[in-house]
Amino acid sequence: MITDDQPLLTARGITKMYGRHVGCTDVSFDLFAGEVLAVVGESGSGKSTLLSVLSTRLEPTAGTVCYRMRDGEMRDIYRLNEAERRLLMRTDWGFVHQDAREGLRMGISAGGNVGERLMAIGSRHYGEIRATALDWLGRVEIDLARVDDAPKTFSGGMRQRLQIARNLVTQPRLVYMDEPTGGLDVSVQARLLDLLRGLVADLGLAVVIVTHDLAVARLLSHRIMVMRAGRVIETGLTDQVLDDPREPYTQLLVSSVLQV
Amino acid sequence: MSANAAAEAARPYNYAYLDEQTKRMIRRAILKAIAIPGYQVPFASREMPMPYGWGTGGVQVTASIIGPSDVLKVIDQGSDDTTNAVSIRKFFEKTAGVAVTTATTAASIIQTRHRIPETPLGAGQVLVYQVPIPEPLRFLEPRETETRKMHALAEYGLMHVKLYEDIAKHGRIAKTYDYPVMVGGRYLMDPSPTPKFDNPKMHRSPALQLFGAGREKRIYAVPPHTDVVSLDFDDHPFEVNKFDKPCALCGATDVYLDEVILDDRGGRMFVCSDTDNCETRRADGHRGELLGNEEPRA
Amino acid sequence: MAPRVEIDGVAKSFVMHLQGGKLLPVVGNVSLEVAAGECVVLGGPSGAGKSSILKMIYGNYRVDSGHILVHAADGPVDVASASPREIIRLRKLSLGYVSQFLRAIPRVSALDLIVASAREQGLDEDKAASRARSLLQRLNVPERLWSLPPATFSGGEQQRVNIARGFVADHRVLLLDEPTASLDAVNRAAVVELIFDKKRQGVAMIGIFHDEDVRERVADRIVDVTRFAARAA
Repeated sequence: MITDDQPLLTARGITKMYGRHVGCTDVSFDLFAGEVLAVVGESGSGKSTLLSVLSTRLEPTAGTVCYRMRDGEMRDIYRLNEAERRLLMRTDWGFVHQDAREGLRMGISAGGNVGERLMAIGSRHYGEIRATALDWLGRVEIDLARVDDAPKTFSGGMRQRLQIARNLVTQPRLVYMDEPTGGLDVSVQARLLDLLRGLVADLGLAVVIVTHDLAVARLLSHRIMVMRAGRVIETGLTDQVLDDPREPYTQLLVSSVLQV
Repeated sequence: MSANAAAEAARPYNYAYLDEQTKRMIRRAILKAIAIPGYQVPFASREMPMPYGWGTGGVQVTASIIGPSDVLKVIDQGSDDTTNAVSIRKFFEKTAGVAVTTATTAASIIQTRHRIPETPLGAGQVLVYQVPIPEPLRFLEPRETETRKMHALAEYGLMHVKLYEDIAKHGRIAKTYDYPVMVGGRYLMDPSPTPKFDNPKMHRSPALQLFGAGREKRIYAVPPHTDVVSLDFDDHPFEVNKFDKPCALCGATDVYLDEVILDDRGGRMFVCSDTDNCETRRADGHRGELLGNEEPRA
Repeated sequence: MAPRVEIDGVAKSFVMHLQGGKLLPVVGNVSLEVAAGECVVLGGPSGAGKSSILKMIYGNYRVDSGHILVHAADGPVDVASASPREIIRLRKLSLGYVSQFLRAIPRVSALDLIVASAREQGLDEDKAASRARSLLQRLNVPERLWSLPPATFSGGEQQRVNIARGFVADHRVLLLDEPTASLDAVNRAAVVELIFDKKRQGVAMIGIFHDEDVRERVADRIVDVTRFAARAA
């Protein structure tokens, strides 16, 4: 039976070694539907490795990642066959890359980029695909007149918003985000964050967002996980961890943020 | 030159040029291709005495299936008398000693570049296509590992993205040749650069269709009576190109036409691309605009 | 009457790792009960831990020991030991926090901000909108501002938008962290009226008010937090 009391994603004892070097070690958590989890830490803390493991991009050395499929069954994502895994990734999951070029087809029009997932799951009506694509461009605040332009002609912020639309068009329940605002101008960041915040709340998305920016974590996430040297050193309610950090490293992170 | 080498040089080629081991290897690939319609089977393509792009893949397939009793027809863009067609025909006359023909109905093997004959093919005939780029997804996804995975999992949404782009840009699917098809409801296939006008001829054809790509080292096949469906959208269905005028020479209306420039003052005519079809019709008494517009008496 | 909030033996200190692990005691042995319809005001000099106590009740600060039971409609939650999910749910449905500072969200209008707060609790669109309007009116926020994002408002206007946001929902427990600071007399009076409304609805409130006049009017009890002073470690 599906109830909100069952997690959408469970990670248990996730460890990833690169030879003798530790990527991340013994990470466990539950993620529930509609919950936004921020993973924060500096470069090399293991947060990106963890995201790769969670999103089937990097098989863990030890540990399991289970996901509650749309039929309610919990499945170990590394025991799905490849067809199931790929279907999951382009329907029920999304992945927003820091570099939009990794998540978009730069030579394909904006409409084609958004429509690709629909066509991948069998949509064969041009008019409907286009109408859905236009609807999504509107929701991510891209001028509808740009629907036939390729993202290589877009600004960084527009590309990122297009990448988000491309991911959300199949109404996924879980979206992974890797520094989605990294590399953008501050004013562009603010707009994107605001858009993301609205979409996440409206669609009830579960999100695992990796960021080194505590302001991003505060604005978007319910819960936070602080990583250092491959380990989770502190976890809890976002405002609690940021306003009352317990671990020395977390206190250092929080105190290092410029106040404006 | 040593005596040994001289003897070697004087010896005729093996039948149909390729050695028997190579032919066996290619036949195994062909059998596998027939067993999995539309699937690209890798094969160890050989160096042929002609450059890539001149039909080395098709020639190797033909060489592997041809026998002394076969009758061979070779066409290039529908024509029996272009350089490429003539050379390949001569190549097999010389190395396999087979009879050759330009008549579609008389041929047991037809090797083709860019066209399917207008005359419907029959059971027992084999159509061998020369294929430059066998992978229909190549220009959408450059990684071979990824395109193979896409074929394995029948993930063909990307091909529709390409067609979507066409409609978005041109208001219709503008692709007129190399038009992608689904074979047997399973594999996405590139029909080689034939005009999409010919796509419907592949569907449930009683003839065996073999495809050889020499440079890319791939063989694939459409066995007789296999479904071959051109991709499209529900609201933009597949359509073949239509021509405004009939053939200027034979008056045919439902065939693929080539444009021929007649002078430097804008004069032009449209004539059958399939020269055999055109000649046969004229022999039967059909006359197009240029020859006085006549129909044979019944 | 059964208490809405029960605080028992709560202690809190900060360990300042960046200052060589210095221990900063805040409060010790906080014990307090608040009944439905009651407004308890925390008193004592600044630095005595009033604000920290509110933050602990809200789950914003962690608790070293003790229990903080908040009685939601569907049962008690011990904020001191609840999971993040439980606290988020409690905040959404039962436990409100009103401070003088608005964490403005860019591009969302003042009215929508307040409506969203009411909608979170399950109020329907019309009811939420009419409540939001009436609150903005009572707090004298000019109508021309309602459809604008509050980021550009004056400090006082932002503060009143935030108060409206805190009061619009039907939380069973409200924490008031100096909501009247720096308001003029007219608006202070409006806030006092809102607090009385909440009392009549049976909402349990714990507040900090520096303004003596407001404090005297709204407080059913004043609890001097210096009696919870932590023994220096």
